Amino acid sequence: MRFLPRIHALVVKELQSVFGSPSSRTLLIMPVILQTLLFPFAATLEVKNASLGIYNRDTGAPAQELVQRFAQSAAFSEIIPFHGQDEMEEAIESRQAMLTVSIPEDFSRKLAAGETAPVQVLLDGRRSNGAQIAFGYLQGITEDYMKDRLAAAGRAMPSEVVTRFWFNPNLDYKNFILPNLVAIITTIGSLILTALSVSREREQGTFDQLLVSPLTPEMIMIGKAVPAMIVAFFQATLILCAAVFIYDVPFRGSLFFLYAGMFFYALSLVGVGLFISSLCNTQQQAFLGAFSFMMPAVMLSGFAAPVENMPRWLQIATWPNPVRHFVEIVKGVFLKDASFERVFSLIWPLVLIGAINLTAAALMFRRKTG
Amino acid sequence: MKHLSFRRLRALCWKETLQMFRDPSSNLIAFALPMLLMFVFGFGINLDTPTLKIGLYTEASGTEADGFAAALSGTPSLDIARYQSREAMARDMTDSKIRGFIVIPADFSRRMKAKADTAPIQVVADGSEPNTAQFVSSHVGGVWQVWMMQRAEDRGEEMDREIALEPRYWFNPSAKSRNFLIPGSITVIMTVIGALLTSLVVAREWERGTMEALLASPVTRAELLLSKILPYYALGMLSLLLCVASARWLLGVPFRGSVLALCVVGTFFLLSVLGIGLAISTATRNQFNAAQAALNAAFLPATMLSGFIYEISSMPSFLRGVTHIVPARYFVSAIQTLFQLPTDWKHLMPDILLLMASAAFFLGITAKLTKRRME
Repeated sequence: MRFLPRIHALVVKELQSVFGSPSSRTLLIMPVILQTLLFPFAATLEVKNASLGIYNRDTGAPAQELVQRFAQSAAFSEIIPFHGQDEMEEAIESRQAMLTVSIPEDFSRKLAAGETAPVQVLLDGRRSNGAQIAFGYLQGITEDYMKDRLAAAGRAMPSEVVTRFWFNPNLDYKNFILPNLVAIITTIGSLILTALSVSREREQGTFDQLLVSPLTPEMIMIGKAVPAMIVAFFQATLILCAAVFIYDVPFRGSLFFLYAGMFFYALSLVGVGLFISSLCNTQQQAFLGAFSFMMPAVMLSGFAAPVENMPRWLQIATWPNPVRHFVEIVKGVFLKDASFERVFSLIWPLVLIGAINLTAAALMFRRKTG
Repeated sequence: MKHLSFRRLRALCWKETLQMFRDPSSNLIAFALPMLLMFVFGFGINLDTPTLKIGLYTEASGTEADGFAAALSGTPSLDIARYQSREAMARDMTDSKIRGFIVIPADFSRRMKAKADTAPIQVVADGSEPNTAQFVSSHVGGVWQVWMMQRAEDRGEEMDREIALEPRYWFNPSAKSRNFLIPGSITVIMTVIGALLTSLVVAREWERGTMEALLASPVTRAELLLSKILPYYALGMLSLLLCVASARWLLGVPFRGSVLALCVVGTFFLLSVLGIGLAISTATRNQFNAAQAALNAAFLPATMLSGFIYEISSMPSFLRGVTHIVPARYFVSAIQTLFQLPTDWKHLMPDILLLMASAAFFLGITAKLTKRRME
């Protein structure tokens, strides 16, 4: 009977405490804007502006041509000429060059004689992923050069591999990272907000006042959940707009699926946040607890490295991680126009995770009050 | 600094240490979280795809098409699933069940036999995972090359492959990404202990009003600062050694550098992040704001701008400029080198000097912000 007016009053009070002061308003918006401006440029596994060292001991025309072609590639902004093996090793060790190419004296002679001419490439193993990708570029350039030589001689390769990339034809890393950021930045804001809101009331003693009021623990939980969900929706929408309008990431799927996923994701986050705060007595504990959950959850969500690269048992063990499912939803809806079945198969885990956490939190609050 | 009483300092440090160990959440951050993160980075963050799931559809069989299909299936790094239609593969790639697919066209064998014709093999990779897509493209390309060479050899023909690039990895011969990700992740752990934990400490004293009590006592500014720095420094170093030891012995990452150099580098980095954490909490005096600020000013730059996952040289130039003021950048570079190669002080020196400068800078700010009086 009195349920709705009470909830209404409580939600108004919670909203005031979150959005009331200018400093907390700033802290909910500024970091999101800053992160949206910086991270898409920072988070890239592409290789650009790398420095390539070249030690060319051959004076023949083919060697010159190959060096020229390497130098013209957009991936390498700096070409460092070397005059000795030691210099090359030193350059890698001091991080002056990511990889170096060494062309032997007999390169042109071997090519002319129809033998296979080897070219040594030295890569910095401390940056093996970047070096591997850069090596792939070198390989592509060499491949093209050989094809051109064959064509000039009037012959053709018997077969060739034609590769195309769907959903993201130029493998633009921005198109991958921005959908991820929609999920991750939202997580930080709303999880910490929920985890801290209860413990702050505990520390200040106002939580006891709430408990002696006619409000039930469930109503208090709803009151805490609403502002967090508003914050989550607001921040996610902000990044979504930036992704589509500023960064030109193609949005191919259904906005409805995305927001449906977001609703259940926010609910599961609130569940986790409330569960953490039901275990904690101080803000410090709640913050560090939320952080200890968030850090591994974000890292294992498929944003830093694909989930399928993990060992099998860890793929199963990270199933209760809500971030992982939501990252998949956003990526799928954004780039691949994910079907209803696909989105549904990712939403029901979120519903389950949310339900379990909210129930656990409610039980903990009841036990503490009773 | 003239009123530095050793007895008072010891008492303050003792109080801080007790507070640290009695709060379960700081134990969680100092010991449980580092182990958890080492584990996460050791097993969960892997940029090298162990097996790529790829679909294969051969429109018509023929000796050449079958030969290439067999070469693909025989490659351990590829998990090849046979499909009956192109549409089924497209659907499964959209649902992220496979990361790419290969189509061998109906006229493949015929066009391969024709002298002046080039027979195409179509490869489509899932661009929504750019890093994996690169690997799909290069792995299939690699299989194709080997197959072509094998085929030429079998027929006793001259192989047309003229230039062979021979890669060799310096320092990390097996090119495992975990060998550089795990050392890099220690940076994040140290930042969490140094900046996040300490940012809460001073703010809490202000919030609870115990700071006023401290200020009313004869404690000097230097003593107050040192009592906040020393216990957390000890905790951080302990955690660093724990991380390095578990990276070395539990996760099997080779450590080739000197322990002394590790301690020197660790000390200056830890002092920098402690400086950041204390400066933030002194400035905000509120736990919620301090935590938020520490997260954004220390933790996120340490993950995104330090070069431990994302290559700094690939960032646009203004962002490369920004990374120069992130102390984590120098620590990542130093600790990756410490793990991978024997210590050469000449190469470490620039990083050490820059870390020293940043430690002095951030601690200086804190000292300036700490006032020995009430407002």
